[in-house]
Amino acid sequence: MLNIVVCVKAVPEPKEAGKIRIDPATGNLMRSDVPLVLNPLDKNAMEAALGLKRNMDAHVTVISMGPPAAGDIVKECLALGADRGILLSDRAFGGADAFATAYTLARGIEKTGAFDVVFCGMSSSDGATEWVGPEMATFLNVPVVTMVNKIVEFDGSLWKVKAKVENGYRLMQVKLPAVFTVTIDLNTPKTLSFSGIIKARKKEIIQWTALDLGVGEESLGLKGSPTIVADMEAMESKREATIITGTREEKAQMLLQKLVGAGVVS
Amino acid sequence: MKNARGPVWVIAEQIDCRILDVSLQLIGQARKLAKQLGSDIEVILLGNKIEHQAGQLFAAGAGIIYLGNNPELTFYQPEAYTEIIVTLARKKQPDIMLMGSTPMGKELAPLIAARLETGLTAHCIDLLINDNNILEQKIPAYGGLISIICPEKRPQMATIAKGVFPEPAMDNSRTGEIIPLDVPDNLPGRIKTLEVVQQEPEGVQLESASIVVAGGAGAGDREGWNEISDLAKTLNAALGCTRPAVDEGWAELDTMIGQSGKMIAPELYIGVGLSGEQQHMVGSVGAEIMVAINNDPRASVFEQVDYGIIDDCREFIPVLIDTIKEYQGKKVSC
Repeated sequence: MLNIVVCVKAVPEPKEAGKIRIDPATGNLMRSDVPLVLNPLDKNAMEAALGLKRNMDAHVTVISMGPPAAGDIVKECLALGADRGILLSDRAFGGADAFATAYTLARGIEKTGAFDVVFCGMSSSDGATEWVGPEMATFLNVPVVTMVNKIVEFDGSLWKVKAKVENGYRLMQVKLPAVFTVTIDLNTPKTLSFSGIIKARKKEIIQWTALDLGVGEESLGLKGSPTIVADMEAMESKREATIITGTREEKAQMLLQKLVGAGVVS
Repeated sequence: MKNARGPVWVIAEQIDCRILDVSLQLIGQARKLAKQLGSDIEVILLGNKIEHQAGQLFAAGAGIIYLGNNPELTFYQPEAYTEIIVTLARKKQPDIMLMGSTPMGKELAPLIAARLETGLTAHCIDLLINDNNILEQKIPAYGGLISIICPEKRPQMATIAKGVFPEPAMDNSRTGEIIPLDVPDNLPGRIKTLEVVQQEPEGVQLESASIVVAGGAGAGDREGWNEISDLAKTLNAALGCTRPAVDEGWAELDTMIGQSGKMIAPELYIGVGLSGEQQHMVGSVGAEIMVAINNDPRASVFEQVDYGIIDDCREFIPVLIDTIKEYQGKKVSC
């Protein structure tokens, strides 16, 4: 049996994330009620696991680190077809940078037992560092391939995958267990089914705290983060827009005239 | 005399034995940082048959080059590259380590950072040394500019995209010491790059185009996207996009403009059906003239451009294309 772990993250709804702003006066974050959703690329990571499960004997564990509200996205992954859902939630995890997040997730994955494959989205829509996959692999002492867009061979414990590079791909041979971060091109995620939602109702989410992981607070959250935010400042645009008005044809003519006049269209 | 403070390192990258532009740009910036710190600039370059590239790195500003020149290093090999750099870093204790935000850099940097148990900042748009001689790593977020620091752990690590820093002034009279690196023989052998296949990209390229048309979620669907693509063709412009356009499957990730994509500096930028998300706009601000076309008058993009058209892009773009074609036709006839 193939033991698969999928790491997922609850992120502010990407379409509304722009509403979270810095108050230029105080430097504080002005939060508005942006709902938390499953990070878009984590859907591709889920589908990678579920696709394998449809083809072979596999067990899928989904794991997330986040506030209690992140339980909803773990539930969503259970409804998509994961067998087990784990939420790492503790005030001590708060304020973690990518390093501390990767460390916490690695300790959580170790606690789930033996694993063969870990999938995660290549990046989160909010942090977007792309660091968590490789750093987690390092803490788990297993190899990693980032930006995987095709799983070429997956029989046995020696896999071949294609990963994205600029205008092409690299072909990687990897001995399991291993971590793979996935791109949007890997697959097409399936949508939630009614029967999946009903089945997920019976599945419990396992919650683990820092104590459950047996990790000291100095390695977690803000304290375990090598990087900190030193300063925030407002970013002012140096441009002031001239809004061109009129009928469609007039607007098009006027815009073209401006651009030709400025010498940028010839 | 040896400096008390560790050196500033740049991990250079080569593809087919050619040094990437971003590596030279980072050496240029590393020179500035090192000067302020009173440190040395050292460059690590791994590959095969690359000894003739050293001159370029010295010309850009490298003081010492650590050169791993071996057939086993032809491609980026995660185990060998990580092990070589981690081992050397433990010995030489660099204060700062910079890498390009390339597919290799984005995988290798976190592998090294985790092994060295230090911090790493992604996709910086500026780097400067503060009054405490600490590296301030600037990233755009939440409509502002955030300064990330790594106060205690060393090295201070960051990845930076091509085009953030200018090409350095090359001085071919500069030279320095080359120190050869060996491939370690105790690697676990769990992962191997078998081949790398890259094609010459087709069409006008974002980084060299004088006009860039960028499309966003406002395209609505594939048909709307094709209109934006036609506008780009009409203007002989490169076509770029925002993340939502990639998520919708209309555009390739390679054409995404912004903090985690391409940084562009064309003469003219036209943003179509995009709201002005900061992550995208930081990649476009290098443009000389900026235009936005969006149906929402409150979209923040209108605060960040020179000319704005408030209209449904799906209706307006075909009219604009006709207008441009008419102008181009007249020009040819006279």
